Amino acid sequence: MSASRIKPKTILVTGAGGSLARRVMARLMDRHQVIAVDFRRKVQTDAQIPSYQVDLSKRRFEDIFRDHPIDGVIHLGRILTNEYSRFRRYNDNVLGTRRLFDLAEKYNVGKVVVHSTHFVYGADAYNPAPLYETAPLKASELTMDLVDAVELENLAQIYLWRNPKLHITILRPCNIVGPGVRNSMSRLLSRRLAPALLGFSPIMQFLHVEDMADAVVAAFERRGKGIFNVAPNDWVAYQDFLRACDCRVLPLPSLPPALPRRIAERMGWSSFPPYLINFFKYPVVLDGNSFAKAYRWTPQYSLSDISAYYRSKKHRTADA
Amino acid sequence: MAISRWLADRIVGAEIHDTIDRLPKVLGSFGFDPWGYNRSTAKLSLAGAGWLFDHYFRVRVEGLEHIPPTGRVMMVPNHSGQLPLDGVMLGVAMARNRAGPRAPRAMIERFFPTVPFLGNFMNGLGAVVGDPVNCGAMLEHEEAIIVFPEGIRGSGKVWHKRYQLQRFGTGFMHLAMRHRTPIVPVGIVGCEETMPSFSDLKPLARPLGLPYIPLGPLLPLPARVSLHIGEPLRFDNDCEHEHDIAPRIEQVKSEIRKLIRRGLEQRQSIYR
Repeated sequence: MSASRIKPKTILVTGAGGSLARRVMARLMDRHQVIAVDFRRKVQTDAQIPSYQVDLSKRRFEDIFRDHPIDGVIHLGRILTNEYSRFRRYNDNVLGTRRLFDLAEKYNVGKVVVHSTHFVYGADAYNPAPLYETAPLKASELTMDLVDAVELENLAQIYLWRNPKLHITILRPCNIVGPGVRNSMSRLLSRRLAPALLGFSPIMQFLHVEDMADAVVAAFERRGKGIFNVAPNDWVAYQDFLRACDCRVLPLPSLPPALPRRIAERMGWSSFPPYLINFFKYPVVLDGNSFAKAYRWTPQYSLSDISAYYRSKKHRTADA
Repeated sequence: MAISRWLADRIVGAEIHDTIDRLPKVLGSFGFDPWGYNRSTAKLSLAGAGWLFDHYFRVRVEGLEHIPPTGRVMMVPNHSGQLPLDGVMLGVAMARNRAGPRAPRAMIERFFPTVPFLGNFMNGLGAVVGDPVNCGAMLEHEEAIIVFPEGIRGSGKVWHKRYQLQRFGTGFMHLAMRHRTPIVPVGIVGCEETMPSFSDLKPLARPLGLPYIPLGPLLPLPARVSLHIGEPLRFDNDCEHEHDIAPRIEQVKSEIRKLIRRGLEQRQSIYR
């Protein structure tokens, strides 16, 4: 769809301080009115983008809907799995999102894009490959620390079913990595010494943050709703990719299963938290073909581009 | 990784490189597919399994011409011998088939991915957990799949039940019908004698999370193995009830029984 044919809209983007949101806003600001919201801080934006620091669960959040004629919401703001406590994550990610949906209903918002995660599928030894969108979400069964991710999805699905006019699209991307990304995987690939479980090197998929930004914009601007995996048709074993990124592998004993969890707890690695250990043991391979077909989306960055970025990042740090 | 590279340099010859590189496979930019198959591991395992095939089990094969050189196919053999050596030997025969080599994809038991090194290694050479989603997706990728419908009932059976087909699961037939896939029956003779089990130490197996612990030799014996590959069977996807499946499964079992019988009749000695 060409930019000239798209009717300008007022779009509220949550999590505006994140690297993905910045890229999404940069893509949208030429043809839409963008409003930036972040609960952490007031994000510095271009002059034409109003920016707010507000918690989604606070009453003040509704003022943004009163003051601006919001047509669409791109909900990227969430507390990552490596941040804060489980309870804080639940309050902000689940209860905050419920409030966002309620306000979207109240103010007749016509499109909502929700950024979910592949973590919702859970890393299980019996996971088939690929996982289609209809696969059961086992994350909360495997660890309480991912309950908020599954609950957020359940909530979005309830609203998707209850209010079709919201046109909710839920995106479940694989590992998003690349410049500025601060999630656990990106931090891990940035390390010189990265932990891995001895005898386990699961197949993984990686998505460049620029490609994910394109996917979010496509999901917002093109017609459609539903739940979609977002992943490239390219795969690599975890330890092979670590080496490609110039990381040295730090092997951790994998048996008994509690031992690597204890080690990760003791070491306090935010990039390798104990409740994500199974994702370094068993594969979670997504089928991203439905999204690619429905939204005519193709990733532009290859695994080699991604590994080249992390290699050069390390060399830049070493030179400095 | 360094060890596997060192090993590969020493044991993978030009012929193996050529065989694996010629296999029709769609791989990602790092040489992996979604199930973990990769050429380096496949080459390494073909070198090792090829030696066992030629020198230890001295495998004889008949009926290779029945394996389609391209397109989806389901190889359905009898299962025996405690270890999945029957699948490995059939895989070597399929990969080396001069008429049209195929990358064998074996459906394996669910406990394999939980075993360090072994799970990844088996994925690397093409084996995948026997899940209907995996199997269906692979058939849509036009893969050649090895399925043991007897599962551990076949591999873990004790000596006095040798060459008796155990109960077949029905999943393979549903998948073959749904994905319009020919079933190639295979009778494997000799693997029963590689690891005869005189009893199953179930009380010991359960706490260790193993499907069985055989009471028998600790290492496989060098019995001579023969593979008898039958003509493809095709089934329309027109069963309305579960009880319509049973005669079709019986037809597959009957073909496998015939192939086993032929192998036993041709065999002159267990170990020669």
